[in-house]
Amino acid sequence: MNKDDRDQAVEATSVTKVFNQGKPNEVLALDDVSVAVAQREFLSLIGPSGCGKSTMLRLMAALTHPSEGTVLVNGKPADQARRDRDYGMAFQTAGLFDWRTVSQNVELPLQLMGWSKSDRRRRATEMLDLVRLEGFGGHYPRELSGGMQQRVAIARALSFSPSILFMDEPFGALDEITREHMQTELLRIWDETDTTVVFVTHSIPEAVFLSERVLVMSPRPGRIAAVIPVDLGERNFDTRESTEFFERVTAVRKALRQPDDGTGQLL
Amino acid sequence: MTERLRSVSPPLVVGIGGLLAWELVLGVVQPKGFVLPAPSAILASLIENQAVIVTAVQSTGFVVITGLLFGVTVGVLAALAVSRFRLADETITPLAVAVSAIPIIALAPIFNAWFGLTSPRSNQLVVTLLVFFPIFINTTRGLTDTDPDQIDLMRSYGASRWQITKEVRIPSAMPFFFTALKIAVALAVIAAIVSEYFGGRQDALGPLIVQNAGFARFAAAWAAVLAGSLIGIGLYALARLAERLAMPWQEAVNAGVDD
Amino acid sequence: MTATSTSDPAEYAAVTEELRRYERRQAARQAIRRVVVFAVFLVVLAFTYTGYKAFGTAVDDAQTHWPVVGSFLPRSDNLTMPPIPDIILEIAEPPQRGQPKVLGAFVFEAAMFTLREAAIGFFLGALLGIGIAIVLIRSKWLERGVSPYIVASQTIPLIAIAPIVVIWGRTRLDWLPFEWQDWMSVAIIAMYLAFFPVAVNGLRGLQSPRPEAFELMRSYAAKPRQELVKLRLPASMPYIFAALKLAATAAVIGAIVGEISAGVRGGLGRLILEFASRYTTGPERLYVSVLGAAALGIFVFALISLAQRFVRSARLQESEPA
Repeated sequence: MNKDDRDQAVEATSVTKVFNQGKPNEVLALDDVSVAVAQREFLSLIGPSGCGKSTMLRLMAALTHPSEGTVLVNGKPADQARRDRDYGMAFQTAGLFDWRTVSQNVELPLQLMGWSKSDRRRRATEMLDLVRLEGFGGHYPRELSGGMQQRVAIARALSFSPSILFMDEPFGALDEITREHMQTELLRIWDETDTTVVFVTHSIPEAVFLSERVLVMSPRPGRIAAVIPVDLGERNFDTRESTEFFERVTAVRKALRQPDDGTGQLL
Repeated sequence: MTERLRSVSPPLVVGIGGLLAWELVLGVVQPKGFVLPAPSAILASLIENQAVIVTAVQSTGFVVITGLLFGVTVGVLAALAVSRFRLADETITPLAVAVSAIPIIALAPIFNAWFGLTSPRSNQLVVTLLVFFPIFINTTRGLTDTDPDQIDLMRSYGASRWQITKEVRIPSAMPFFFTALKIAVALAVIAAIVSEYFGGRQDALGPLIVQNAGFARFAAAWAAVLAGSLIGIGLYALARLAERLAMPWQEAVNAGVDD
Repeated sequence: MTATSTSDPAEYAAVTEELRRYERRQAARQAIRRVVVFAVFLVVLAFTYTGYKAFGTAVDDAQTHWPVVGSFLPRSDNLTMPPIPDIILEIAEPPQRGQPKVLGAFVFEAAMFTLREAAIGFFLGALLGIGIAIVLIRSKWLERGVSPYIVASQTIPLIAIAPIVVIWGRTRLDWLPFEWQDWMSVAIIAMYLAFFPVAVNGLRGLQSPRPEAFELMRSYAAKPRQELVKLRLPASMPYIFAALKLAATAAVIGAIVGEISAGVRGGLGRLILEFASRYTTGPERLYVSVLGAAALGIFVFALISLAQRFVRSARLQESEPA
């Protein structure tokens, strides 16, 4: 089946977001932004601090609402998709509940959805296996390293098999070595689960390594400055050292530095 | 302006609603000699007995304010002293927490014996002790609970110990201190009044409440209670004002993005 | 806590087990240290007391020569400040000639009486406090409207409330299946003091989770009740536990003062009052009963602290691999 035949996973059309409308601290976070994410695509949003990329992600997750424009997820309004639990989410701070064990943390959304105990247990074990944390189900979050906590957060986000995964700088708090390792893991998980991923990051190499397309955003008010396609094929250890990789990184870096002309020019 | 109105209106609505309900219920039910008279009766008694009540407020107020000042001063100085030595903090603070579990008010009869039945010193001592503990415990926590990065920064500037205390520890201890101060203010008023029951100046609020209650003059008793509450509320407002003046940065945090 | 870099579950389990054992040892060491410090404190107190008495006539001179300063100094004669050995010996004496029980037994029984009131007041107060916090979390408007009155409720002195509660209990509760006794009213008074710290801290605890945690629950389309039970309540546990210590102390105070102002017999409050009025014929008895009250307060505090430690270690036991 042709990818174009299905609904786009995410379709944001002419979205504008204003915070504190009418008050003295009014802020225009996003200005007429349109983003389309295809099913099973891996898309990154990158931009300087305050450019609105996290806001964009939260709009897609229906955790906030646009001042103007629409956001459709899986062909439905974003809020409906949230209620239908079409997506999972991972934040920069793993956000695990300290008082629950690792396994109980992964089971949290399943519990809320009313899954039976045995089903939950089984799924949690599967997910922990998926993120290579077998055997850690009985530990508490504070006993785990940062990278491991993030893996639990990913396991939790995918536990109910959503078709979409929203990630807001999930590896931002990790050291470089763990980060690169986690990126490879994430790609493997993406491949094994057929999920659409919208990934927000600060890091240019990370965006290039992970994605098929990189959306570069301009500083506030946020607009799409450029869309950089990344065609590096199968990623492996050598990818980060290849000339093509370096060239794409440079392309993204250039796009970040260029003054915004708002036309989303392709390079 | 609207912000302030919005923050004041819910308590006002609840309060006025409550008072009205109280009046109505008592007006309808009208129990004979009920111990809790209607607000209108209490207000009337307050006005009628204002001379006696004003004297009582002065007596009790004197005890409360002096006890507060003394307790706060000793508490803060002790906190500064203890926070300087980590070993002292580890031994003394848990001790203070344990000792604060003693019902201080039970010591009132002993204090009365020490200082004489009609001397206000015993009341002042009770208030001082009750105020000392929360102030000491909280301020110590505030002084020692500082961000190690900030301390390191000051050290990298070659700051002296006192400078570090002044620039980092004291400002970060202020929220803790003011929390404790607000608690202490409420405690001080009740402590003063309850200790007056055991002994102290006979023209103060405590004896006034008890005597009126004893003669079944409940409206008058509650009028005196109300007067005591007003002292507490007034002092609390002063504490909040002091808090706002001492920590202008805190207000900015509270007034932040409301999304 | 997250410093280890191993990814092997077995090794991880071994390291964390050792860490837990170490923590338990530290906790035991700390407990012993605190008991020792408290004992030292008592000794210092006793020395100060006896030392002050040794100044004897100097205090009297000061009071006559400088009356203002002198008024700050307690009298140190044996009637006002009985020597410590006398106080201790009095525990074994019957409080009145011809009484079969010794003073120590009287005080202990009275303490148990008061303890019962305080315990019931504590439990009810804790429940009430948590209940209030849960209700107030539902509506910001309600929270802002009611909170000042909750604070104001604590500014009403017990000596005013206590008689009301007792009379109300005596006259208006005849519909209950059992007979309402005065000490139950005192338990209600204790509840009145105990609920406050739990309500205040409970509210803070329920509001404590980070915004991301709330967003997570929203992304799961969780209902408010689910958010309360799965996120807010567990997050508030540390806060509530801290408040329980305060609530326990408050309950004891409420019980003692409640007894006194309500005229309830059988408890420590009444005992203290009696010995205070019969002071001149035996000051030591007052001191013993007051010490009993102090001991009760500390006992309750120690009980709660132990319970806290128990709960914490019980939760750690849970974490054995599923």
